[in-house]
Amino acid sequence: MEVSIAGENALIVYVGEEASPATAAKVQAASDAIKQALGDDLIDLVPSYASVLIIYDALKTDHLSVDQRVRKALTQLHSQTDIKGRTTTLPVYYDPEVGADLESLAARNDLSVDEVIAIHAGTEYRVYAIGFAPGFAYLGQVDERIAAPRLATPRQSVPRGTVAIADRQTAVYPAASPGGWNLIGRCPIRMFNPESTPVMPVSVGDTVRFEPVDRDTFLELGGELS
Amino acid sequence: MSLEVVLPGMLSLLQDRGRFGAHNIGLTTGGPLDPKAYRYCNRLLSNASDSTVIEISFGGAHFRCQAHTFICVTGASMPLTINGETKALWTVHPVAPGDDIQLAYAITGCRSYLGVADGFQIAPSFGSTATVMREQIGGLHGDKLLPGDLLPCIEVKHRKLLRLAPKHQPRYQNRTTVRVVPGYQQNHFSQVELNRFYSEAYKVSDRCDRMGYRLEGAAITSDMQGMLSEGICFGAIQIPADGQPIVLLNDRQTIGGYPKLGSALSLDAARLAQLRPGDIVHFAPITEFEAHNALHLAESAIYRLPLEQFA
Repeated sequence: MEVSIAGENALIVYVGEEASPATAAKVQAASDAIKQALGDDLIDLVPSYASVLIIYDALKTDHLSVDQRVRKALTQLHSQTDIKGRTTTLPVYYDPEVGADLESLAARNDLSVDEVIAIHAGTEYRVYAIGFAPGFAYLGQVDERIAAPRLATPRQSVPRGTVAIADRQTAVYPAASPGGWNLIGRCPIRMFNPESTPVMPVSVGDTVRFEPVDRDTFLELGGELS
Repeated sequence: MSLEVVLPGMLSLLQDRGRFGAHNIGLTTGGPLDPKAYRYCNRLLSNASDSTVIEISFGGAHFRCQAHTFICVTGASMPLTINGETKALWTVHPVAPGDDIQLAYAITGCRSYLGVADGFQIAPSFGSTATVMREQIGGLHGDKLLPGDLLPCIEVKHRKLLRLAPKHQPRYQNRTTVRVVPGYQQNHFSQVELNRFYSEAYKVSDRCDRMGYRLEGAAITSDMQGMLSEGICFGAIQIPADGQPIVLLNDRQTIGGYPKLGSALSLDAARLAQLRPGDIVHFAPITEFEAHNALHLAESAIYRLPLEQFA
């Protein structure tokens, strides 16, 4: 692990070189240890694919103290790579009706639509990072057989709840927004709901599974088709 | 009791000190682009230091008072009038129902803070009232102020009439030097590239907003061939493929995948955010220890510089 300066009140810890389930586990273990080590001196923590950004209160503590505490906490990390966060199952209505790119993605990868659904729902994902927009969780890794590059021309608006694939990542759009990912279905569970506690059903490091549901179930669970 | 927005000007936003501890759900910090001017606004009004004020960019704003209270405007030199009469900035003024408060376009600087006694009474979202339009969070409805908005405030009868002596008021200019704490991917920039970055003059481009200030000047290149997205701290200086630096500010995205050569000192990023397109920026590297000292001194000054009571 490597600890670098990021700014006047920020350090960044690099735990690996590439995105992988093993790296994600290290990110999570490091995040937990850093939170404990810094307590109230910590202002914000941004875990991502292979790094953890630490933002601390520079008026309460200083760079040397934080650096020392972080390094100490990291050396005490055992090979806790088996530690998993919670597992969350998200229902998905996979259908061209709500997944405009489902058929073209299948054709592109020489698969049937059913095979694409089986592979997407048959894989366990890790939450690698949350960012880009409130509640936007990057999930990986998507099986290579259903990976697909971003669209050449992003859509003006992708509806809330849309399940999509870009390269070897998948995500559920937390709100309607422009987007260049390949749309394959829709999830009735809100990924970002300021009125609920917790606000998001997942955190970085959690495991996510997708469960195919039919149209009626999707609607019963509060899904919207428009 | 409230303050009515008659005309919001180009961009007026409710802001408190910012939203902290919510990066884990993808929320950025928001908050005042010029924290020094923001904090003096609250200190002059004898408010809690994190009270909600209006950040007015460029000026051209008009408000109508519907309460007996006190106001103070700090920051850019936007000519202030109350009922047509010129009033001093960095100074507390009593106002009464029906009073017309106008801020003309800024002469120097471009961000001002209009506060009221005890602050605007806004319900916080995720612990803060800071408005981030990109996220549609904070403020009244996650949006900028619009004509007709009513900003709730409290009826206040007595407040000390304080001002900051002119010699202590910041002078906003059209060029600034931004001190930088080198970090992040700095080792992926050669010494030649770093020397260029720290010696050239950069111009503020038209693409400067609350997310970041994009600059124009000598292109900087790194040897990075793509990188994983990672957390972006305040002030991070990102070098995209075209080599033109972007200083990321309050409304930045919390993660991103462009190489960064370090981060601007927050005190200087605040002065950068007072610049307009065409203004000039120089960069100078400092150590994290120098940055730490500068932060402590600035903090002390904000609390301890004497204010003058004038009535």
